[in-house]
This record gives sequence, C-alpha cells and structure tokens, in this order.
Amino acid sequence: MSTSMSKTPKEQIIYADLLFYGSWGSLALLALTYTIYVTGILAPHIPLDKVIVLWEKSAHEYMVQGHAPQGWGWVYLLNTGDFLNFGGLAILAGMTIICFIPLIPAYIKEKRPIYALIAVLEILVLSFAASGIVGGGAH
Amino acid sequence: MLRAKNTKIIFFTAVCICLLAGVFAWAGADGGVAVAKEAAMMTGNSSMPWWGWPLILLFFCFILGIIAVLAGVGGGVLYVPLVSGFFPFHLDFVRGAGLLVALAGALAAGPGLLRRNLASLRLALPVALIASTCAIGGAFLGLALPTNVVQLCLGGTIMFIAILLLTSKNVVRPHVEKQDAISLALGMSGVYMEESTGEAVEWKTHRTLQGMLLFIVIGVMAGMFGLGAGWANVPVLNMLMGAPLKVAVGTSKFLLSITDTSAAWVYLNQGCVIPLMAIPSIIGLMLGSFMGVRLLAKAKPKFIRYMVIGVLLFAGGKALLKGLGI
Repeated sequence: MSTSMSKTPKEQIIYADLLFYGSWGSLALLALTYTIYVTGILAPHIPLDKVIVLWEKSAHEYMVQGHAPQGWGWVYLLNTGDFLNFGGLAILAGMTIICFIPLIPAYIKEKRPIYALIAVLEILVLSFAASGIVGGGAH
Repeated sequence: MLRAKNTKIIFFTAVCICLLAGVFAWAGADGGVAVAKEAAMMTGNSSMPWWGWPLILLFFCFILGIIAVLAGVGGGVLYVPLVSGFFPFHLDFVRGAGLLVALAGALAAGPGLLRRNLASLRLALPVALIASTCAIGGAFLGLALPTNVVQLCLGGTIMFIAILLLTSKNVVRPHVEKQDAISLALGMSGVYMEESTGEAVEWKTHRTLQGMLLFIVIGVMAGMFGLGAGWANVPVLNMLMGAPLKVAVGTSKFLLSITDTSAAWVYLNQGCVIPLMAIPSIIGLMLGSFMGVRLLAKAKPKFIRYMVIGVLLFAGGKALLKGLGI
C-alpha cells in the first residue's frame, strides 16, 4: 500500500468505493436507457417531435403541454422511453445520499460524533431536496 | 520532440475552437435557432429532425469537455452560458442539464480524488452541508424569478467569474501559522503525497468561519444558475482557508457532487430535465473530459485559459443582452 493510501482515512475509502460503482453504473444505465428511448424500442410519453418544440418554453409550460408529471410522478411512467431515463438520473443524483449512510457508523466507531452528526444532517438535507415536498413550481 | 507534441496539441485545440465557433455561427444563423423557432410555430413540422439538436449538443459538449479540462474549469460554468446563449432550449432546462453535467463529472472524479487523498472528506463535509442546504434555496429562487432577471444575474456572474479567473493568484502551499478553533475541533487537516517530489505534505486550515460563511453564497449561486461552483470553491479553500492548491482543487471537485446533488433534485422534481437534451450533454462532456485529460498529461497550453476567459466574457455579455431583451 502506498504512503498516500495509508494516510487516507478508512471512511474515505468506503465512500470512494461506493461512489465508484454507483456513479459509473448509473452512467452506463443512462447510456442504455437513452438508446432504448431514441431507437424507439419503448414509445415515449411525450412524442419526440413535440419535445423539440416544448424545450423552448418554460418548465411549467413543458409540464402542462406535455402532460409531464411533477416530483416523483415519473415512477409511474417508467414504461415509457423518455421517463425510463429518469431511473438512471435518479440513481446518479441519489448516489451521494447512499454514500453518506456508511459514514455514520464509521465516524461513531472512530469517536468523531460531530462528523457522524454532519453525515446525518447531510442525508436529511439531500433527502428533503429529493423528496419534492416543497416547491412552488417553475415559472 | 516535446515541441512537436505541443504543436500537435495546440493545432488540435485550435481545430476544436474553430469547430466550436462553427457551431456558434450555425446556431446563430438561419439554420439554427431560426429553424427551431419555426418548429415552435409549426408543431411537429420542423425541417430539423428531432435528433438534430441532440446530435449537435453531443458534439458541442464533447469539444466543451476537452476545452474545460485544458483550461482547468468545470464543465457547468461553460455549459450554462454557452448553451443558453446559442441553443434554442429554455434557461430552465439548460440549468437543469448544467447541474447534471457538473454532478456527473464530479461523481466520476470523486473516487480517484478521495482514494489518493487529494480530496478530503473532513474538509469537504462541514462546508458541503452549508453549501448543499443553501443550494436548495438558490434553486427555488432561480426557478421563482423571471427568466430575464436570472439571465441578467447569470450574465453578471459569468463576467465576474472571467475576471476572477484572470486576476486570482492561487497559492500552491499557503502558509497556515495557527489552526483556528473550529478547524481544530473538526479536525480539518491531513496529509497528501506530492507525486512529483515523493514528499508527504501535511496541511491544516484557518479562517474556517469566514470560509463557511462564503459557502452560503456559493451554495445559493450554484443552485440559482446551475453552474457548479468550482470557480468559487477553489479560491475560498485555497486562498482564504489555506488548503494546499491540490487539496483545494480535489476537494472542490468532490464538493460539487454534494452541492449539485441537492440543487439537481430540485430541478428534477420541478420538471426542468428533458432527457433528450440532458443525456447527450452529460455523455458528450464526460467523453470530452476523458480526451482532455489525455491531452493534459502531455501539455497545458496557457493560451487556452485566456481563450476560455474570452469565451466567458463573450457568453456573459450575450446573457446580459438576452436578459435586457436586446
């Protein structure tokens, strides 16, 4: 083991390993689902020729005119080509939350309660953002 | 031999810049935005096929990825002003995709940086908590404000970033005489291996409170504009808090994976992500970054940095004019 590795805190290695598999896995999944989408293997919820018109309008108009769901509503549309991509996007955006979980016992074991608390708070903050609980909607 | 390699890289970069200029010109001419606008008027009856813009975007982001790495800036800071200025997408979707682009880059780079101790979890975690919380507020603020106001603020911010890149003088190993109480309590210190000399470099931070306060502003701006925030993280960690430049750059890149996650979720939940344009952006920029890293190992032409500063000033000016309705 190199000197730099031996100085790397253990919890940092755990975080790095989880992040490595999660981020590359989700990017591979994105490439796959995008191929399914654009090749038409799964029909999209919003037709492709309509998307290229709606992407000039605001997110609010896009959702209204494209009948696109808000928040986690995309889960019910995973059988459509376009919203299938949200699976990979959600894993990509969720990796950080997952990576923080093993940090809590690691920091408690290391007797670093402040960092364990920061990890708990960070999970709460990111989960709050992911939940879609708040939001007045885009203009 | 080295000169020949440098010439090749400069030639390759010049070709990339010419191609980028070509895309700008095309996007600004009748064949570009006008076609998309025409398509907007004639629903589903565009002369541009649906795959046209995603393909151009993939190619554009590939070149952007190369240039961003060579210039030492994040992808998001170039992506948002350039794509919002020259492509037909609404700013809501550009910011959503910009955050995902910055997030994907940060997530991919994170494991290597953490393993080599070039990103410090102990340095990142406290400031990440502040920045990610404020990024949620920034994202909601950005989505609530009228588009022209956000465009104006974006233009001003991009021009400020260009000036910051031009004037800031990062310090390779800042001298930290005494670790402050917060830094000491949080254990904001570490050791990394300087590979060029084989030396183990010990570091610690100071002025932690001031740094933490600045991360409130950084978080709000990251969420509001979807820019990523490496341009602000590095000077604060390095020049203000005293982290060595390599640790500041590595930690900043890793930090983006946390800050941008919270803002990205807000944009995802608000319907600001269109897979048809977001995914080619992510893939194009990632592939371009890999190519850029390979080129970076051989040479680092300084003029690219100045060229990027010029592009940022231009893109910032364009965003300002767009915000003013000119």
